[in-house]
Amino acid sequence: MAGSAVITPLIDIKGLVFSRGQRRLFSEIDITVEQGEVVAIMGPSGTGKTTLLRLIGGQLRADAGSVKVAGQEVGELSRRDLYRLRRRMGVLFQSGALFTDMTCYENVAFPLREHTNLSEALIYHIVLMKLQTVGLRGARDLYPAELSGGMARRVSLARALAMDPELMLYDEPFAGQDPISMGALTQAIRQLNDALGITSIIVSHDVGETLSIADRVYVISEEQVVACGTPDELRNSDSAWVQQFIQALPDGPVPFHYPAADLDDELRSRPLK
Amino acid sequence: MTDLLQRLGAATLNNVATLGRAACFFWRILLGLSELLRRPGLLVHQIYSVGVLTLVIIVVSGVFVGMVLGLQGYYTLVDFGAEESLGVLVALTLTRELGPVVTALLFAGRAGSALTAEIGLMKATEQLAGMEMMAVDPERRVLAPRLLAAVISLPLLATLFTLLAIFGAYGVATTMLGIDGGAFWSQMQAQVSFTDDVLNGLIKSLAFGVVAGWIAVFNGYDCMPTSQGVSRATTRTVVVTSLIVLGLDFVLTALMFD
Repeated sequence: MAGSAVITPLIDIKGLVFSRGQRRLFSEIDITVEQGEVVAIMGPSGTGKTTLLRLIGGQLRADAGSVKVAGQEVGELSRRDLYRLRRRMGVLFQSGALFTDMTCYENVAFPLREHTNLSEALIYHIVLMKLQTVGLRGARDLYPAELSGGMARRVSLARALAMDPELMLYDEPFAGQDPISMGALTQAIRQLNDALGITSIIVSHDVGETLSIADRVYVISEEQVVACGTPDELRNSDSAWVQQFIQALPDGPVPFHYPAADLDDELRSRPLK
Repeated sequence: MTDLLQRLGAATLNNVATLGRAACFFWRILLGLSELLRRPGLLVHQIYSVGVLTLVIIVVSGVFVGMVLGLQGYYTLVDFGAEESLGVLVALTLTRELGPVVTALLFAGRAGSALTAEIGLMKATEQLAGMEMMAVDPERRVLAPRLLAAVISLPLLATLFTLLAIFGAYGVATTMLGIDGGAFWSQMQAQVSFTDDVLNGLIKSLAFGVVAGWIAVFNGYDCMPTSQGVSRATTRTVVVTSLIVLGLDFVLTALMFD
């Protein structure tokens, strides 16, 4: 990525503050993503990783701070400009979000039919190529209800890629994948990024896969970016927190349990007869 | 006491806010309708699932309502020796009131609930959010065609209901009650006015179409994205549509027929 440092970053988040209801999710976090990078956002469940993607996509608005995508302040765009910006993004949803009344083929063809005037013959070629990328060309006539969760997510990836986006947002791409498709998917994300010049943001807590393809990693916890750097920097980090997360240790500074009163006290308060 | 007041206030605020969201929602849909003209296929598809699939219940209910109306009307009229006027009685009742109202109630139960459930589930499964991120506005792509389909379908269904009911009454009158068919039709022709009765009835059913479509689509779009939320929204669609149709019918009747 020589020379990319002089270009303004594709995504520039500064001093982002966001709360959902009473709960503060982010206080003053900064994240930058350069063009052509694969950046991973990691962190324990419930730290608002998906929310971060929604802030980048303009589905939520920051309480304070700025979220800039391609130099544009997402929260201040008009509806028309926001939709124009979204055409340059592809999003892989955690649930897949496939349209249940359409076959896989129609799902992948959907953005093409909505946004372009391409002939059906050309759409056929594009759809088959995208489905080939995720290994599901043979499943094109199936409905989403007939697919497993992992397969649905792969179809959803093909759909997100249909418009050849500049920026891909992956929400938990590895969850629910068997080892074989996990490996293929990991490779595919990296290759798509490099071959097509996409910029990718991966939200995940699959440590191994994510570290193997990310250029840089941000670890978020308790409203803050607690660590950021290349995968090697993280592996060699002397922060107990980062080590616990990367090595998946049950004991450490991060509690496994959701905050609660002492178990003994709670049980004793209602003794069994 | 304060607790009660607080809850009352919260509920009021909540309802007013919902009303405001519904109004803004309707306005945005109106703005998006122009785009729909360029893609009539979307509309046709929805008219099929909203209108055509409601035909069975409308046809069956129409015939039976007409037959019952014929019998009951006859029993009353025959005391005054006015059974020849049965055609007028049936036609006026149906074109002015029963046709639009009963069709709207049936429509809310069959098509309105289905619309709410469908849209609510699309929301719960992130399909609408996914569409937004694909730069396709769900309000224009999903909601506007459904709302417009309801507005177009309801007057057509109401007309069909009224026609079938009149034929149902005619069948009962001529076969069971021995009324002369010629008298049935000629009295009706003489007494029923196209502008005052038929047209007003059509305007009513058009208004009910807007109400039924709006409530159904908005409730689906505004529901909590959970299974309980979808079920509540579906129930609310049927209840609210029925109540508003009945209330609005009174207002329209008071304005139209003085």
